[in-house]
Amino acid sequence: MSDTNKILTVSASPHVKSNDTTQRIMLDVVLALVPAGIAGCVIFGMRALLVIALCIGFSVLFEFLSRKIMKRSNTLGDLSAVVTGLLLAYNIPVLDLAKFDGKLWKATVMTVLLCAVGSFFAIVVTKQFFGGLGQNFANPAIVGRIVLLVSFPSAMTAFTAPRQAVDAITTATPLGILSDGSLFDRAGDISAQISSLSADGYLPDLLSMLVGVKGGCIGEVSGILLILGGCYLLMRRVISPAIHVAFVGTVAVFMLIASRGSLPFVAYEILGGGLLLGAIFMATDYTTSPITLKGKIIFGIGCGIVCSVIRLFCSMAEGVSYAILLMNIACPLIEMATKPRPFGVEKEKKAKKEEKTA
Amino acid sequence: MAEKKSCMKEFTKGLLRENPTMRLVLGTCPTLAVTTSVVNAIGMGLAATVVLICSNVAISALRKVIPSKVRIPAYIVIIASFVTIVQMIVKAFLPVLDESLGIFLPLIVVNCIILGRAEAFASKNPVLLSAADGLGMGLGFTAALFCMGAVREILGAGTFLAGIKDLVNIGGFNGFDFSDTLANIGLAPITIFILPAGGFFFFGIIMALTNKIASGKGLPKAELHGCEHCPMAASCSRSTLKEDAQ
Repeated sequence: MSDTNKILTVSASPHVKSNDTTQRIMLDVVLALVPAGIAGCVIFGMRALLVIALCIGFSVLFEFLSRKIMKRSNTLGDLSAVVTGLLLAYNIPVLDLAKFDGKLWKATVMTVLLCAVGSFFAIVVTKQFFGGLGQNFANPAIVGRIVLLVSFPSAMTAFTAPRQAVDAITTATPLGILSDGSLFDRAGDISAQISSLSADGYLPDLLSMLVGVKGGCIGEVSGILLILGGCYLLMRRVISPAIHVAFVGTVAVFMLIASRGSLPFVAYEILGGGLLLGAIFMATDYTTSPITLKGKIIFGIGCGIVCSVIRLFCSMAEGVSYAILLMNIACPLIEMATKPRPFGVEKEKKAKKEEKTA
Repeated sequence: MAEKKSCMKEFTKGLLRENPTMRLVLGTCPTLAVTTSVVNAIGMGLAATVVLICSNVAISALRKVIPSKVRIPAYIVIIASFVTIVQMIVKAFLPVLDESLGIFLPLIVVNCIILGRAEAFASKNPVLLSAADGLGMGLGFTAALFCMGAVREILGAGTFLAGIKDLVNIGGFNGFDFSDTLANIGLAPITIFILPAGGFFFFGIIMALTNKIASGKGLPKAELHGCEHCPMAASCSRSTLKEDAQ
């Protein structure tokens, strides 16, 4: 018997291991994000590519430097810094030159500052200060975006119009137009108002919304490609559908109620802003979302509620990043509440009741 | 001679080794709230220092008179009197500073540094030592506020020492203002640093740095007493939990 000569390993569980590595998962996320980035570059021109390159460059640099200074092992190989940089770049708009006296070099200097500050807060403050990958309390790219949004409110909303739109240079995002236009105050059907806005050229039509020919941040505009990337991640089983379906579904339900049943309004709200990007790629971050299915659904619904409330009732047009940040912070509580019961162990309440009766 | 030496020791310990904000983590509320500009930070620090020295001296002089059961109310009365005096002086001579410090000036009464030094030091030590302790702690507090204020003002508002004219008049010098220069090259200050979120984040960083420097110099960690020394031990959940475990 040759088997007896084999050395058998005796070890504690787990005994079954998959071939997934952090690097492979991160590579999948990068691959899923690439199409939306290409769309951003096509829509906003080569300056979008500069933003993406700068963000990835700064993120990798900060990751390397902070690990080096803190005397920890080098973690560039796991590609998580690349994913963070990519996501952060997708959350930054291509700056509108009109806000910088029409000078390209001024806008470029500001872009470099945006990318550097965002990457610093994402990588160093949110991730490395808390112990590196897997220890961060919130999604690094989300924190980077919020810091930029709070610090540079005018630059972060200086959206360039897509190159395909001939008549406009500066543009508001579709969400901005919808929340700005006091849609709910005016009399008349909301669907009719939207179609008249769209016919007048204020709002892009639904097809451009889906493809991405509209104002916005680099990576958030092309809804169809983000969904495609999400499908790839689902197929590769990198993410499970619970969080983003619950997130987008909750927003849809809220918007349907708020607009008294106007389907075009719901479609604009879902395709506009960073909802798809945030729901598919940022809310599903492993470290900052619950493990159990029940927890994921609670997490997604929570994100949806916060996001809808901000979009409908606050002065801000967009609330996806704040929603994800808030639920990231609530994640440990959700984990505690949805802790699965080990097989064969009775529920605490039940056990107490039995104790009482006995 | 022996007393003078230990006076010096009591004075220097507040600067780094037992720096009230960075090492003892006392008085964090004014630290975060008023460090949006250097001038505010210096004003707050100096006001607190004056109160700290006076209250330390008074409490130390009265330490044998005050019954220990009512010591906290007695300390508060003494501290409140000095805070009122300082507040009136600031109101009279530096009205702009009074306006920008706002509620935080009268709130020096409940500043944990002052009550903490009264309870931990002045009530057990002679007058001269207590004065040295108060001066050291006060200057340590001011230095910490200055560091935070300088970084937050430069990064968050693009200015340095703005409004210094209201504090002291040095030939009409009113601080540096980089914001126009920044705007000329398309940049803007990083506003988050003068917002509360940036304050918390920077406070964490500077506290870690101070600890790193202090431990690099071989200074011992700030002494923290165990739960049994805490006056709240009887009602605190942590200590009762511990008892349960035992």
